Amino acid sequence: MAKGVKPRVKVPKSASAGEAITIKTLISHKMESGQRKDDDGNVIPRSIINRFTCDFNGENVIDVTLEPAISTNPYFQFDATVPEAGDFKFTWYDDDGSVYEETKSIAVG
Amino acid sequence: ASGLGAIPAFAATAEDMIAEFTGGAAVGEGELSLTAPEIAENGNTVPIEVSAPGAVAVAIYADGNPTPAVATVKFGKLNPSNTVSTRIRLAGTQNVVAVAQMEDGSFQQASAAVKVTIGGCGG
Repeated sequence: MAKGVKPRVKVPKSASAGEAITIKTLISHKMESGQRKDDDGNVIPRSIINRFTCDFNGENVIDVTLEPAISTNPYFQFDATVPEAGDFKFTWYDDDGSVYEETKSIAVG
Repeated sequence: ASGLGAIPAFAATAEDMIAEFTGGAAVGEGELSLTAPEIAENGNTVPIEVSAPGAVAVAIYADGNPTPAVATVKFGKLNPSNTVSTRIRLAGTQNVVAVAQMEDGSFQQASAAVKVTIGGCGG
C-alpha cells in the first residue's frame, strides 16, 4: 500500500449552465517506475497510479491511462462542460488495488 | 545516469506502439498540437500540453524512454476542448509524440523535441 496518498482537486464553486470550466487535479504519489534500483542493485518494484477518471453526474469528462513515465505526484489539468448543477467525481486507481476518490459539487447560477 | 543503455531487446519501440494504436492506418496532421519545453533542465518532471479538437482519444509516447508509452487519454462527452496538461518523465533528449484518434476514425500525429539536461528515470 502506497503511503501518504492524498488527492487534491480544484474546481470552481459555481458556473453558468453550459459553461466550460478548468479543473486541476493532483494526487501525492511516488509513482515508482519499476526502472530504478536500490543501493544493492535490486530493482524497486513498480508502484504507480495506473488510471485516472473524472465524471460529472455520471457522464465522463476524461479517462486517462497512466504509464510509469508520468511524474511523481501525477498532475492533470483539463476542461469540463457544466450542463447543470451537480457533482464532479474523481477516481484514481493504484497498482496495489487501492482506489482513491474525491467529489466536488458545483452550483449553477 | 548509468543503466540507461540497458534497454531490453524485446522492448517495443514507439513506432511499434503507434502502429498498434492506429492499427496501421495512415497518420496525418491536423489541429492536434503538442506543447513541450524545448529544453528541460529536469527530466523528472517535464510539463506537456496536448490539444486535440475533434479527437476521441490521444496516446502519448516518448521515443527515447526505456518504455515509450506515457499515457492514453480518452475524452468524454463533457470535455469541451480536448486539452490536457500533465507532467512526464524523460530519460534523456528525445521526441515526445502524440497520436490522436479522431471522431471519424482517422489519425493525426504531432511531436515535439525536448532537450533534457538531467535524465528522469533514475539509474
